[in-house]
Amino acid sequence: MMTENKKIHPYKFTLWVAMGSIVMMFAGLTSAYIVKRNQPNWQGFELPAIFTYSTVFILLSSVTIQLALRNFRQRRMQVYRQLMIVTAVLGAAFIAMQWTGFLQLEAANIKIIRQGSNVSASFLGVIAGLHLLHVLGGIVALVAMMIRAFRSRTKNYSAVPVEVMSQYWHFVDFLWIYLFVFLNWIS
Amino acid sequence: MSEVLLNPQVAEIGHDDAHHGHHHEEGFVSKYIFSMDHKTISKQFLITGIVWAIIGGLFSVFFRMQLAYPDQSFPWMEDLLGRWAEGGRIKPEFYYALVTMHGTVLVFFVLTAGLSGTFSNLLIPLQIGARDMASPMLNMLSYWFFFLASVIMLSSLFIQTGPFSGGWTAYPPLSAIGDMSPGSKLGVDLWITSMAMFVVSSLLGGLNYIATVLNMRTKGMSMTRLPLTIWAFFFTAVLGVLSFPVLFSGFILLLFDRNLGTSFYLSEIFVQTTQTALPNEGGSAILYQHLFWFLGHPEVYIILLPAMGMASEIISTNARKPIFGYMAMVGSLFAIAILAFLVWAHHMFVTGLNPFLGAFFVLLTLLIAVPSAIKVFNWLTTIWRGNIRFTPAMLFALGFVSLFISGGLTGIFLGNSALDIHLHDTYFVIAHFHIVMGVASFFGMFAGVYHWFPKMFGRYLNNTLGYIHFWGTIVCAYVIFWPMHYTGLAGMPRRYYDYSQWQSFKQFGDLNVVITIAAIISFMLQLVFVFNFFYSIFKGRRLTTQNPWGSTTLEWTTPINAGHGNWPGEIPEVHRWAYDYGKDGKEFIPQTVPVGADESKH
Repeated sequence: MMTENKKIHPYKFTLWVAMGSIVMMFAGLTSAYIVKRNQPNWQGFELPAIFTYSTVFILLSSVTIQLALRNFRQRRMQVYRQLMIVTAVLGAAFIAMQWTGFLQLEAANIKIIRQGSNVSASFLGVIAGLHLLHVLGGIVALVAMMIRAFRSRTKNYSAVPVEVMSQYWHFVDFLWIYLFVFLNWIS
Repeated sequence: MSEVLLNPQVAEIGHDDAHHGHHHEEGFVSKYIFSMDHKTISKQFLITGIVWAIIGGLFSVFFRMQLAYPDQSFPWMEDLLGRWAEGGRIKPEFYYALVTMHGTVLVFFVLTAGLSGTFSNLLIPLQIGARDMASPMLNMLSYWFFFLASVIMLSSLFIQTGPFSGGWTAYPPLSAIGDMSPGSKLGVDLWITSMAMFVVSSLLGGLNYIATVLNMRTKGMSMTRLPLTIWAFFFTAVLGVLSFPVLFSGFILLLFDRNLGTSFYLSEIFVQTTQTALPNEGGSAILYQHLFWFLGHPEVYIILLPAMGMASEIISTNARKPIFGYMAMVGSLFAIAILAFLVWAHHMFVTGLNPFLGAFFVLLTLLIAVPSAIKVFNWLTTIWRGNIRFTPAMLFALGFVSLFISGGLTGIFLGNSALDIHLHDTYFVIAHFHIVMGVASFFGMFAGVYHWFPKMFGRYLNNTLGYIHFWGTIVCAYVIFWPMHYTGLAGMPRRYYDYSQWQSFKQFGDLNVVITIAAIISFMLQLVFVFNFFYSIFKGRRLTTQNPWGSTTLEWTTPINAGHGNWPGEIPEVHRWAYDYGKDGKEFIPQTVPVGADESKH
């Protein structure tokens, strides 16, 4: 479709609005968390250390995708592809670590779901779990982009898809930082 | 030609470019089914909405029959509903399922998807001067997610245990424990899945509407030159994008409680049907209510704002006068959008909400009366001494204003936490929200359909049937809902299956019969509209002029039956606001006409 030259690309703008929407979803959950926390029957617990390590991984992945974007703009496609793969791997590692964290909690008899679960652990499961799904969505998009980049015979030098991708990735990163601070600070 | 042969890649790119033209032939599937043309998508939303409205309306006829004739049996009902109406009487469980589905279907599928889905899609690109939405792909997905939600919801009507029956608000524990009632079994899972699909559809649509309005306006179309319809759709989309995710959060927690044994909403509960105590501890159903109504209240304005926008446009066009107080209209839409997020707890005054907190919600709720009154004042002053053309669209727009006034006034009663102690969960509430939100928005929608039908299908709707539809419907709407104010004040509670069992409510038996007869007539009148709609698509009077209503806005500068891309040539440039009616002795001046040197200031 024909668009006029405006400062921000419509896709990027749409993503900004979508980000606001996702923020509202987590705002709903974290405010429910605060309400619940002040009610009796709340069992606080320490977040396993692996959640902190996973935070380092997702921060690193933000750096790599930013570097990938820069390399794309400078037409260094080989480096760009490598960095995108590193980003996806870091994202996958993030998911694996958090999943391990859930298992560690279950092993320590802090149940997230089923009988005997406390709502504090359930909240961690829902909030972190939903965030994981968003990271997973990002990885799927990354992989799809990679497949398209390797497959297509015509070269596409438009930076918009890469920019949208990195914008989303940074967002998921910041979202986790917020949730991490929230979960640690409040509990 | 030689170049093409030498370099196949160039040929391929050239071929791709051709696809960006606007006259290429499309196949049936890409033109009518998986279409990315916003005009087609809007028709898909509208027709799906009409189908749902018939289903939802029919449900209300069924439960109104039960309310009017609790002691009689109607064999034809058993023929229609099977074992849900054994012996010709609706079963209590099915009565609740009907009420629940009526609410869900009309609030979400008809008045959200069918209303803002239809008209945001149709009018945003056409009135701002864009060839399509910011992302036609997402737009198409938005419809198909809605379709998927519809299929799932419809399928829940046919399962063994019946559709969900816990009310359209789906409060736990009724929605969280399968043993509570037949409708709390598979029906709930289907309901939640369907609603999740619906939320996705609304979000995809809303993202697109916002991005399109802010980024794709044609040259000269500044925000303050936008028609009020676009402002209304814009605020509607903002409300949806910010509130639906919160509902989604609430549903996720509900799904966890339902299927994974968590205790967000469920507390120590003993289930009578199975004689078991639940293992859950310390959950609170109030938490669900907060999450639900944080969407639930903005949802009311998601339904109402598009109707307000369209009424403004249609009233101004047909009064042949500029809209009164354009900036005040925009400002009050904005104020309503902000306040919509700050009043949700007025649905929860009697849940044990802190009265001190309640006082703030009362104040904020009553504040909504201010922008609402400004809008009503502006509509009335727009028609004041206007040269009114009473087209069916205009009548429906005026009917909208009438219903908005009479339904809005009762909102002032209900917004009081003290009065609410008496009025909550009575028929007074039913009367209030049906008039102000249900019927009023329906009138806005009908106004829109009558007004923009020529743009959608290149033909007119039949006027005579339109007048019958309007007068019949407005009389029936008031006959149905006006008496409910009295029964509500007398304390008659909503949702009951059979009022003849209560000494205090027996006296309203005859009134219930009157209401039911009016409801049936009203339903029949809507079928007249449906007939008119489908008949006119194929056989209606053809449009001979591009601009049948003498409108100033851009959609009427496109050809009749415009193709994908809307304008065959350049997109027109805009030089003025959308409401230059009766200016300098001219009947109307389209937005595309440059401001002349001799023109008075505007």
